This record gives sequence, C-alpha cells and structure tokens, in this order.
Amino acid sequence: MPDNAKMKAEKVDFFYGPRHALKGIDLDICENRVTAIIGPSGCGKSTFIRLLNRMNELIPNTILKGKISLDGRDIFDPSVDPVEIRRRVGMVFQKPNPFPKSIFENIAYGLKVNGVSSRKIIEERVVKSLQEAALWHEIKDRINDNALKLSGGQQQRLCIARCLAVEPEVILFDEPCASLDPVSTQKIEELILQLKKDYTIAIVTHNMQQAARVSDYTGFFLLGELIEFDRTQRIFTAPSDKRTEDYVTGRFG
Amino acid sequence: MARVKEKAIRWTLAALAFSSLIFLVGIIIVLFKEGLPIFKAVRPGDFIFGKFWYPTYDPPEFGIFPLIMASMWVTLGALCVCVPLGVGSALYLNEIAGFKQRSLLKPAVEVLASIPSVVYGFFGMVVVAPFVQNLLKLDTGLCALTASIILGVMATPTVCSIAEDALNCVPNSFREASFAVGANRWQTLTQVVIPAAGSGISTAVILGISRAIGETMTVLMVAGGSAVIPKSFLDPVRPMTSAIAAEMGEAPVGGLHYHSLFAIALILFIVTFVFNIIAELVSRKFRIRLGQSG
Ligand SMILES: Nc1ncnc2c1ncn2[C@@H]1O[C@H](COP(=O)(O)OP(=O)(O)OP(=O)(O)O)[C@@H](O)[C@H]1O
Ligand SMILES: [Mg+2]
Repeated sequence: MPDNAKMKAEKVDFFYGPRHALKGIDLDICENRVTAIIGPSGCGKSTFIRLLNRMNELIPNTILKGKISLDGRDIFDPSVDPVEIRRRVGMVFQKPNPFPKSIFENIAYGLKVNGVSSRKIIEERVVKSLQEAALWHEIKDRINDNALKLSGGQQQRLCIARCLAVEPEVILFDEPCASLDPVSTQKIEELILQLKKDYTIAIVTHNMQQAARVSDYTGFFLLGELIEFDRTQRIFTAPSDKRTEDYVTGRFG
Repeated sequence: MARVKEKAIRWTLAALAFSSLIFLVGIIIVLFKEGLPIFKAVRPGDFIFGKFWYPTYDPPEFGIFPLIMASMWVTLGALCVCVPLGVGSALYLNEIAGFKQRSLLKPAVEVLASIPSVVYGFFGMVVVAPFVQNLLKLDTGLCALTASIILGVMATPTVCSIAEDALNCVPNSFREASFAVGANRWQTLTQVVIPAAGSGISTAVILGISRAIGETMTVLMVAGGSAVIPKSFLDPVRPMTSAIAAEMGEAPVGGLHYHSLFAIALILFIVTFVFNIIAELVSRKFRIRLGQSG
C-alpha cells in the first residue's frame, strides 16, 4: 500500500476478564485516509477502536497483548501518558454526549484541560472548530445556550467540534450516525470527507453504504477476528473471503 | 368472592398507605394545639429572640434564642465534619475505589448509619469528650465541639449515600467524553462529574443538615446542656432538641413551660420540613437537567 500508516495494530489480543474479545488483529490506519471498521454486532469493533486512544483501560479487569503504535511509537509503553494519547487521538461516540454546559463551554473544555488559558485563543478555536464541524452558521447566535437544547444531529456535530478543538491527529468515530436521521447522517458523512484532508480517520459503522461512501480502507471483523482488510473498493466489489462477501452483500449478520 | 377479597386487600393497603398521612396530620395538629398557647403569654418576637431561658424561675423567662443559637452552632459544626467526610467518601467510592475496596467500604458506611444514636452519645461521653477536654485543657469536654464531631459522624452516612446516588446518576458518557479530549482523572472529576452531580450533592448536604438539627439523644448526652448563648465552640450548649427531651419530664402538663417546649418542637418541625422541601426541589431540578424523568 502506498499510503503511510499513522497507527499500526500488531497481533493485538484483548480480554474483558475471561472473554477473549479481539484475536490477533493486524491493521493499519493510514494517514489522511478514512478507515472503516464493519462487522456484525458484538464482533469487537468498538473494543478495537477504543484501544487506539486507550479508552478501554478505564474498564477494570482487562488485558491487552500485542502492540499498537502511533507514528511508530508504542502507545502502551509505560513512558507514554494516556492523557497525551487521548489528546492526539480524539473520539466521537455513538450517542452524542455533550456536557450539560453551554455550547461554548463544551468546546472550550478540551482546550482548558490541555492548558490553554488565553481567552482570545479559546474564542478563536471555538469558532474555528464549530466552522470545521459545519455547525457555526446554525448556532452562532446562541453559543451560550445549553448544549442539551440542540437537536441530536447538532449535538453530534458539537461533539465533533469539541474533538477538533484540541487539534488531534487521528479521529475515531464509533457509529457516529447510529442515532441520527438521514439528513444529519448525510451532513456528518460530508464532514468526514472534508476532514480527511487534515486528519486521519477511523470509523465504525453498521451501514454498508456509509462505509462504501466515506472510506478508503475497510476492515471486516467477525467474532473478534479481522477477516479481511483491504481497499474499500475491493472489499465491496471483489472480496477474497467468502464471509466478507456474504456480509457486505447482506446475506448474513 | 375473589372480587370481594381483591377489594378488601386494596382497601387494607390503601388504609395502611394513608395512615402515614394521618399520623403526619395528627402530629402537626398536636404541635400547633399545644405549642401556640405560649404565644398568649409571650410575644413571638420575645420567644424567639429572648436571650434568657429560665422556664422554672419565678417569674419564668421564655427566650429560646440561646437554644436556637446552640442548634445552629452544633449543626454548623456537624456540617464541617459531615460534608467533607460524606462527599469525600462518596467521591472515593464511586469514582476511584476498585471493586474490592467498594465492597468493603460501602457496608461499613451502611453499618455506621445503623448504630443507635444512644451508642453514639455514649461513645461521645466516654471517648470523645475526655479527649477534647484533655487536648484543649477545658473544664468539661461536653461542649458544642464534641457534639458537632459526633453529629457530623452520624450524618455522614446520609450525606455519603445520597451524594453517591447523585454521582451514580451522572452518565458514564460524560466521563468518557472528558477523557477523550485529554482530560485527566482530577479534571474530569472536578469540572465534569461534580458539576453534573452538583444539585444532587447539595441535596445530600441539606438532608445532612436536617438530620443534624433533629438529632436529640446524642446532643442531650454530649452537648453539655447549658442554656446560655454560646460564645465559642468550646462552650457547653443546649440545642433545641435536648431542651425538649431534658425538660419535658419535669414540665407540668398544660403549664407555660409545657407549651413553650411544644412551641420549640413546632419551630424545629417547620425548619426540618423546609429543609426537606428544598432538598426535594433541588433534586427534582437535578433529574430534569440530566434528562431523566421520575
Ligand atoms: N465492558 C465490557 N465488559 C465485558 N465485556 C464486554 C465489554 N464491552 C464489550 N464486551 C464484549 O466484548 C465483545 C465485543 O464488544 P464490542 O462492544 O467491541 O462489539 P461491537 O462490535 O462494537 O458491537 P456493536 O456493533 O453492537 O456496537 C462483545 O461480546 C461484548 O459483549
Ligand atoms: Mg460498538
């Protein structure tokens, strides 16, 4: 592959207590590309992307084997601060989860916790990230309103803006459109295509068309294993594994 | 026949449920009926702000200001103990402790709540009061400070368990969102979790206050009992509850002293009632704000 791997998972195994949730995963997340993760429910998609920003270690009794690197550096190395990794690898969740604070405060939060204290810089970045998330023109008059008053689609774009504000290098999306209507979904998809110019993106989705529309690479997970990983076009037109073909054509799962 | 039986069960349960309402109304009626007559002899302003509580002198004086101040001092002191202890342990239990620690500490807090207040009082008299007396070189260890410490420990389980419920109600997605932008544990706790649980935690504190104000046996045993306006935490004091408990036995039924004790009870009732209503309103607002119903 000509593309440059921004993140690399090598022989990753993951356990929730006795449950073996990921088995020997090898997968590259390429720079300035969109990588889609597909597969039936419970196959370990969320588990996998939550490893990429060390979110799973907040869950007790979990074990990780193998190696995950960011720009060639092992992110689980004891010398690496998980807070640093989470700043560089942002995440947008399945359910929009704005804080019960104002729109402004929601976005400013990430900057403040990362030590940005200049009011001017914070204001600039809030506006910039709202613009990047294609939300600015809809809410510019009510930036001090409580974020919970926004619609679901707007909340999700706010969460994307919150993620962009800390200027991550990689953005992980875990089924970002699962709770949204088609119009909001389309907006988020356009946004993802827009964002890949500047960011490296991984997205979990249940929606085959969405994976086909937005991604450059696709990985198909089944029961904790990575069955096939290839260019999206190949996965959807000429998969090499029968199970991938069955899944993408909707004959199973 | 089955119909009749069902109806009978229904009515019995309804009667049981309504009985608590009847008791409440009954208590309120008695408090007003026995408490109000004192105001025929003493003006309400003199009663509440009068500086001297000499109910058995001739002529008697019925100023309960020293008792009110004693209650306030002791309650305030108890708050200084139970808020850090209760909220702190709730934070630790819910946000930091692992499974093993939680399963040890939570029952410990619950047991603390189930100890009878006379045992707390006894412990205060025999252990805490002498300790305070020796430490601060006082004439007596039975004082507002000792009462505050014991009351604070007694109110801690109430504060802790309500604050813990509030923290539990904060959706995990808030914590994840905070971690995902690179916040650390401390920032997540102080800037996301505590504000989100804020009014639930206030509810806990308010209910802790009303627990402390209403407590009787312990303060009777450890507060010292002197009905003088306290000048410091080291003075012996007589809070409203202990005045009622200590004097009711010797006050002739139907006399002014008797009525004045009922009037104190009435004031106490109103105060705790107001605190509980505030707590309820605050916690309702909290539920609405986090988008839950019921
Ligand atoms: N916190 C947890 N504790 C224990 N087991 C878990 C936990 N989270 C997930 N699992 C298990 O790990 C497996 C993979 O779960 P995961 O959430 O990664 O699936 P998924 O592919 O994201 O599914 P979905 O499409 O439904 O979101 C499942 O069997 C699930 O039950
Ligand atoms: Mg998932």
